[in-house]
Amino acid sequence: MDRRESLKSLLIGGLAGTTLVGTGCQPETTPVEEAVPSLPVYGRTPSEIERDEKLLQEVYLNEHELATIAVLCDIILPASDTAGSATEAEVPEFIEFIVKDLPRHQLPMRGGLMWLDQESNSRFNKVFKDCTDEEQIAIVEDIAYPDPDGKKPLMSHGIKFFDLMRNLTLTGYYTSKVGIADLGYKGNMPNVWDGVPKDVLAEHDVDYDPEWLAKCVDQSKRGTKAEWDDDMNLIS
Amino acid sequence: MQIIENKEAYDVIIVGSGAGGGMATNILANSGLNVALVEAGPFFDPKDTKTMTQLKWPYESPRRGASSTRAFGDYDQSWGDWEVEGEPYTTKEGTNFLWWRARMLGGRTNHWGRISLRFGQDDFKRRDIDGLGENWPIGYDDIAPYYDKLDKMVGVFGSKEGRRNDPDGYFLPPPKPRLHELYYIKAARKLGVDVIPSRLSILTKKLNDDRGICFYCSQCSRSCNAYADFSSGSCLIFPAMKGGKVALFNNAMVKSVTTNKEGRATGVSYINKEDRREYQLKGKVVVLAASACSSARILLNSKSTQHPNGLGNSSDVVGRYLHDSTGAGRAGFVPALMDRKTYNEDGVGGMHVYSPWWEDNKKLDFPRGYHIEVWGGMGMPAYGFGFGATEMNKLIGEDANVGGYGNKLRDDVKRFYGAVVGMSGRGECIARHDNRCYIDPNVVDQWGIPVLQFDYTFSDYEVNQAKHMQDTFEKLIYAMGGTPLGDKPTKDTNNGYGLLDPGQIIHEVGTTRMGDDPKKSVTNAFCQLHDADNVFVADGGPFTSQADKNCTWTIMALAMRTSEYIVDQINKQNL
Repeated sequence: MDRRESLKSLLIGGLAGTTLVGTGCQPETTPVEEAVPSLPVYGRTPSEIERDEKLLQEVYLNEHELATIAVLCDIILPASDTAGSATEAEVPEFIEFIVKDLPRHQLPMRGGLMWLDQESNSRFNKVFKDCTDEEQIAIVEDIAYPDPDGKKPLMSHGIKFFDLMRNLTLTGYYTSKVGIADLGYKGNMPNVWDGVPKDVLAEHDVDYDPEWLAKCVDQSKRGTKAEWDDDMNLIS
Repeated sequence: MQIIENKEAYDVIIVGSGAGGGMATNILANSGLNVALVEAGPFFDPKDTKTMTQLKWPYESPRRGASSTRAFGDYDQSWGDWEVEGEPYTTKEGTNFLWWRARMLGGRTNHWGRISLRFGQDDFKRRDIDGLGENWPIGYDDIAPYYDKLDKMVGVFGSKEGRRNDPDGYFLPPPKPRLHELYYIKAARKLGVDVIPSRLSILTKKLNDDRGICFYCSQCSRSCNAYADFSSGSCLIFPAMKGGKVALFNNAMVKSVTTNKEGRATGVSYINKEDRREYQLKGKVVVLAASACSSARILLNSKSTQHPNGLGNSSDVVGRYLHDSTGAGRAGFVPALMDRKTYNEDGVGGMHVYSPWWEDNKKLDFPRGYHIEVWGGMGMPAYGFGFGATEMNKLIGEDANVGGYGNKLRDDVKRFYGAVVGMSGRGECIARHDNRCYIDPNVVDQWGIPVLQFDYTFSDYEVNQAKHMQDTFEKLIYAMGGTPLGDKPTKDTNNGYGLLDPGQIIHEVGTTRMGDDPKKSVTNAFCQLHDADNVFVADGGPFTSQADKNCTWTIMALAMRTSEYIVDQINKQNL
């Protein structure tokens, strides 16, 4: 597998979607299967499909950069007792795509990774991803928090970069299956909303006012066809 | 390459398939007239699984729904936004305007907010109240019967409130408020800001056999495959097509209305986007419903010996009095909403409660009102979720050195999930003669059609209104026990106090305004051109003023009234 293919498979999570090429006039030749990147059907127009395909073919981040991103992602969101890590949620794959989709992230990402390697070289004489856990954390501790008072002037670019990494990691993670489960988002499925659960209401200093509630939908009659009297009152 | 003429002569040609065009198609075709419906974009049906985005998860999009290809994100069901490839527009130097165009059957109704508010009695006669702008030539009583029919035909939920200038309708029942909305209600009442159930065109109860009932996925902006929200295609055009009286022309970009020696319309000329050739359709009546600015553009591009200044433009009013709703917003962090138990609170698409305008403008330094839309809750994450996560710690007085990475960060994200409440003000902008669009003499689009240039500025009225919005938002956030996020917008923020750019609220109207005086208006009270009696406008163009109420419900009520008038005039052989 060459570098481009390995990136593709990294992105699509395996060699899903294959086509046959090289058939025809040479029957003795075994058809070669070449991986073509593919995406799930998610309601694209033809021009959007074309753009997606173009982006999938592009390579921006190199293997070293992606490997460093993977290390950083898992420092930002390691596995917890109940949820998988950022790499398990395929956050590096998301970042690989999003910097091509939103090119404004490219330079800050690439330059930031270089800054990180230089910082790590100067401290430990190794690039960041080859450092020990302790060494990596020593650097991260210096760039993972805001510095509004400018107490760490030498770290300002690192802080900026880590902010980008954290934003993209959180977004990539909490929009993944793993992250949505961790967050506890319960929607995106057909249901019948009938108000805030009682135990939740009890925890809060608010309640349904009976007058307001009387105006609201009676879900037991949602399937009954609407009818009104002449005075605009719903009577069904 | 010659123009290709269609042999068939239609009773009515309708240009555009959004709210107004869909309604006109439905009423006119169901009256037995042969209708040609001409839409600049492709066919679209919310049920089509190939294009459907409803109930997709963020991870099904490689960009997690980011807005790199669609302005409101991957899953928003609008093909075309403020930018349409190959179809530019320009702005006068030093001004700004953003022009949304949805190129698809059903137009913007596939993604709109479904906020469906009747204009009130005052909204038609604002000049009588504050001396500004112009009165409509019609009043609430003229349009009320159409609002009534519309409610029953298309469906809108809401509640009877008996408010003077926010008329009630034949409402379906509204959904119960969400948790953050209960906080909002409490805060608003404390401050004397009115708050009532919202009024949205979503079926919370069965309306008819053709459409489903809302299943509370909150995704009306993705267009409902059960047809439980109002979209022009699924609710008006498809039912009308069953009668066999509608010829649908997709990917057909109308350039101009053709006219004869008497100056009356004979049909339309359009570019077929598939073969890039020019075609002509013949019709006895032309209804323009291409959206306010597109219809103005078509009229201005329809120059002839009889109409040297553009069709319907002897008054030089076409394109003028362009006005969008004003908009500004603010969000706040509400600590009482931290550490929430999670449950499904998607609800309907949009807010369950809102604040209609509650003040008396006579006591304020701006003449027109606004309403407040509320947002918040434990919504489905998309691109952008988690950005700036560590900033929140400052707001609860924790050390800034908290939650930078690791499982502490993970905990923080969950603690803050659902704890932000936002408010958007949507107000009335005064329609002005000098806010306008006109043909740019130097630029054509990829179809060879001259494009619009916009010239739009705000006055102190809008800026003062935005200031009032910001002051109110801040009070509401504090009353919820919250902290406003970011710096308070000042007179230098955006267009002043966070006032969004014109066109950004996507309620642009007024470009072919109605009036009794042909020198000061484009159409009469039936949206019929003063200068050509067989040409009508059925979009937001004829609005004399807009109120602080979203325009769609009034576009549809007017389109219904105009369509019934057309049928009546054809029956009387006046057309």
